[in-house]
Amino acid sequence: MMHFNVHGVWSIYRFELDRFRRTLLTSLLTPVITTSLYFVVFGAAIGSRMTEIGGVPYAAFIVPGLIMLSMFTESIFNASFGIYMPKWSGTIYELLSAPISPFETVLAYVGAAATKSTLLGLVILATSTLFVKIDIAHPIAMLAFMILIAATFSLFGFIIGIWAKSFEQLQIIPLIVVTPMTFLGGAFYSIDMLPAAWRTVTLFNPVVYLISGFRWTFFGKGDVAIEISLIAVGAFLIVCLAVIAWMFRTGYRLKN
Amino acid sequence: MCAIVNIQGLAKTYASGHVALNHVNLSIAKGEIFALLGPNGAGKTTLISIICGIVTPSEGSVTIDGADIVRDYRTARTRIGLVPQELHTDSFETVLTTVRFSRGLFGRAPNAGYIERILRDLSLWDKRDTKIQELSGGMKRRVMIAKALSHEPEVLFLDEPTAGVDVELRRDMWALVRRLRDTGVTIILTTHYIEEAEEMADRVGIISKGELILVEDKAALMTKLGRKTLTLTLADPLDAVPSSLSSWPLALHDQGHALRYEFDATGDHNDVPALLRALDSAGIAFKDLNTQQSSLEDIFVGLVHKDRKAAT
Repeated sequence: MMHFNVHGVWSIYRFELDRFRRTLLTSLLTPVITTSLYFVVFGAAIGSRMTEIGGVPYAAFIVPGLIMLSMFTESIFNASFGIYMPKWSGTIYELLSAPISPFETVLAYVGAAATKSTLLGLVILATSTLFVKIDIAHPIAMLAFMILIAATFSLFGFIIGIWAKSFEQLQIIPLIVVTPMTFLGGAFYSIDMLPAAWRTVTLFNPVVYLISGFRWTFFGKGDVAIEISLIAVGAFLIVCLAVIAWMFRTGYRLKN
Repeated sequence: MCAIVNIQGLAKTYASGHVALNHVNLSIAKGEIFALLGPNGAGKTTLISIICGIVTPSEGSVTIDGADIVRDYRTARTRIGLVPQELHTDSFETVLTTVRFSRGLFGRAPNAGYIERILRDLSLWDKRDTKIQELSGGMKRRVMIAKALSHEPEVLFLDEPTAGVDVELRRDMWALVRRLRDTGVTIILTTHYIEEAEEMADRVGIISKGELILVEDKAALMTKLGRKTLTLTLADPLDAVPSSLSSWPLALHDQGHALRYEFDATGDHNDVPALLRALDSAGIAFKDLNTQQSSLEDIFVGLVHKDRKAAT
């Protein structure tokens, strides 16, 4: 009897990565161009007026935020598209009738999406080094945080992919919720720069904790303590896992 | 009968309240071809979808060679291959990639030789590097079958396998199904083409409004419920059936040029020679005669119609 469908997980994982490979040029060139533009706009234009934040050069300060901004949207997009496409094309029947558990399904789709967005994060980081010198304070923690964020947002994307009934719904959460929250979550500034009232409001934005935690791995300091950031990421991860477990248990928008 | 598929009290009521299946019991023997017939919305696809894990049953149980589809779903699903009614394919993938993907998804290690054999059997080998979106509908249907067979299933479900397929391909499919049966694969097919069931099935099940109203060996069904019609083309037309023949269930057709006599297909309760003698005595001459046996379609329509009348 099969206890773990390793061939099934690998098949889905490879299938998803093959799609990435087919669009490799656009998948990697786009973030390189976007990152360069961000450096031109934020780094050169604003950075010339705002040289440092908390002792960190502004151009370097925005790197973690830039990486997170792309990773949030790419993780969500990759995972949601991965599970939405079989639903849309009807090939979901094959997944539902296969001897593969919900855990294995999520592992394969989310693993592939997280792999893609982690690669993307590393490409953006590499591109950033062309514009600014970056000394990473905790490189292993940085990589671990990157993978954790990629996995968590891929789980979130997986939820959106199951929930969505149309391509419009697929894009609505990343565009209307995630991107604004990232911009308002301190991607390009420190929340300490905000007036006290806005700083309090900003603390209700969960993205603040994610960006702050990631920035800590770069510079050894963030807007909030690293422990709080980790708790925030962990809580989001648990919520996503719980929602996915419920979706599979009830067959929500998958079965029936 | 050594059952490979065992369905007990299977029921499905959708959230809307629609009862798609009403406590269906059915056993299907290893190696047989079972045709499930029924009008649209009768519950055929729901039944197949539950067995394959696509739809959650409300009640009842299904085992595949002893493996419960819920408790031991991995074992059960490994034994099942499904060709759905709709042509759901990954348009941007090549034939070979998508078939390999299916094999892996069902937990099988890569086997290039086996995949090549399937593709050759289905005349897809030359198209192995072609993207699915570039294939015709018939070829896509073959790809669906190749995907379903890729993990060497013991039971193959074919949901309307030849819908929208041309006559030549349909014949090819029938030949393929027979070859599969010869290798020991059990085949369960739903079809609108009664001719298909008549051509291929060992047993026939008729489902109507979620209930399995009949399961019968095809040959026995044809014999038991089949009717024969004797048609005599008369030398001279008649205005009415002569009173001397009133004891016979005769009917005039073709403006009195043809006389029809319907009788039991078993042959035990008909008396064609006696009728011919009676016609001779009545001075009725005929130029030609032929007999026609009712098809499975006639039987199917009759049964479903009867079931509908009983329900109203």
